[in-house]
Amino acid sequence: MMNTNRRDFLKTVTAASLMLAQSVAFAMARKPPMGRVVVIGGGYAGTTAAKYLRMWSLGGIEVVVVERASQFVSCPMSNLVLGGVKSIHDLTFGYDLVKKHHGIKWVQDEVTAIDTASKTVKMNRGELTYDRLIVAPGVDFSDDQLPELQSPKVQQLIPHAWKAGWQTVNLRQQLEAMRDGGVFVMSVPKAPYRCPPGPYERACQVASYFKAHKPNSKVIVLDANLEVTSKKGLFMKAWAELYPGMVEYRPDHAVLSVDVTTRTVRTEFDKIKADVLNVIPPQRAGKPAQMADLLEPDYPWCEVDFLTYESKRVPFVHVIGDSVASGLPKSAHVATSQARICASAIVEIMQGGEPDPMPVFANTCYSFVDDKQAMHVANVFRYDAAKKIMVPTEGGGVSAKPSEQEGAYAMSWANNIWSDVLT
Amino acid sequence: MKASILIFALISSLVWSVVGHATEDFIFSERDTLHIRTLAASCAVCHGTLGNAVGENKPMETVSLAGQDPNLIVGRLMDYRAGKRTSTVMHHHAKGLTVDEINLLAQHFAQQKVVKRYPPQSQVLKEGSR
Repeated sequence: MMNTNRRDFLKTVTAASLMLAQSVAFAMARKPPMGRVVVIGGGYAGTTAAKYLRMWSLGGIEVVVVERASQFVSCPMSNLVLGGVKSIHDLTFGYDLVKKHHGIKWVQDEVTAIDTASKTVKMNRGELTYDRLIVAPGVDFSDDQLPELQSPKVQQLIPHAWKAGWQTVNLRQQLEAMRDGGVFVMSVPKAPYRCPPGPYERACQVASYFKAHKPNSKVIVLDANLEVTSKKGLFMKAWAELYPGMVEYRPDHAVLSVDVTTRTVRTEFDKIKADVLNVIPPQRAGKPAQMADLLEPDYPWCEVDFLTYESKRVPFVHVIGDSVASGLPKSAHVATSQARICASAIVEIMQGGEPDPMPVFANTCYSFVDDKQAMHVANVFRYDAAKKIMVPTEGGGVSAKPSEQEGAYAMSWANNIWSDVLT
Repeated sequence: MKASILIFALISSLVWSVVGHATEDFIFSERDTLHIRTLAASCAVCHGTLGNAVGENKPMETVSLAGQDPNLIVGRLMDYRAGKRTSTVMHHHAKGLTVDEINLLAQHFAQQKVVKRYPPQSQVLKEGSR
């Protein structure tokens, strides 16, 4: 089990693909490594798990992150790019500090296969063995639904912008280029999907931009769900009061097909032509989770033990973040909370101990209704030993109303979570 | 060199044991430290790693909890919990915690070293990335 030393590591990964963190600062690891944990995915969940594994093992666990992107782009706050409040560059960060501060080894590469029998992760430029694997790939878009939207070329015309990056910029540019009096149509997939209040915040941000610059334009929200899935009363009120006559919300309107050339969507009830179209596709657990056969046969998410986040299907493989079938909101805060519970449990298990039998963690999630005002949903979740799931405790809830004060706290939230995850 | 001092401070501040007082429904075992370290870490999203928030502790910024008087933390959380003190979000969190957890969280944060923390520097998104 503890057959992994640095020489093995260098043998299995080509030197070119490997960016060894400056682990001189981590001379803490006086004892031989307790083992190697490979983390797939450098998002909120994966990066947090890597950092806390190093911290809580006092440098005793060798941690290797495999991430294909060279930069971290935050999904939280990315709707503000559409509103014109933030630039995508305000939300883009490097991994240098977190690697350096915590002695995390890092491979920028794409995972191509996972052999859970031989505990090996294969990438384009090499392979890695693990004692434990953490899979944190975020969401993938289900290509069996709306196949007409899958190609990168089509996504230039109809971006999902549900992973922050150039698609977010593209969607903003389309809104800027749209005539006054145009129609922005967006769709919400059936829950569960990444960031429950995100689509409704997006509608607010686009309406906020229209109100200031294109007041004759419209926002149409086609929701596959029967009602607004998060902060319902607050969003309905924001649309009615801040954007009267501008935001039109249609529940139970799943997008069935899209005519790409005319940007026309068809639902069970109607056909709507858009000037700017944003279809947020149905989602499932990310590709590396699919490669390791971690999804349920009848449900495209990963069942885990909530004390350790170990997969119920494959031993020594843990799943954290949006890919988990948890019943909890797929938020950045939940992703980081799951990451810390998982990291803490792995540190204990690798030392021959037991994980915390009753984990508790929090979720705080802000949404902006315009350029300054935000509102929250906040809950504490506690392990229910009888049901073996995390359940919300009494006392959680949402803001009484959006406010500039909460807008300021939302920015404070962002700066602190970025600092916690990336430094 | 600075980094190594920081790391040492972070790590050394983790090594301590909690004395719990079971005042409520929640009986702690020898797993106290484990339970509280992950619960406390869940607060990092707003209050920073090990309770050191970024910023200047100005109004409209979340406060640092590291090195705070434990009685102050307990008092605030108990007031939020009882609805005696208004807040934007903290009453929703305080009501989900047990009295034991509040006491232990206060001790945990009180014992953390005060470290200046910064948000990471943002950078230009590279062309061609997804």
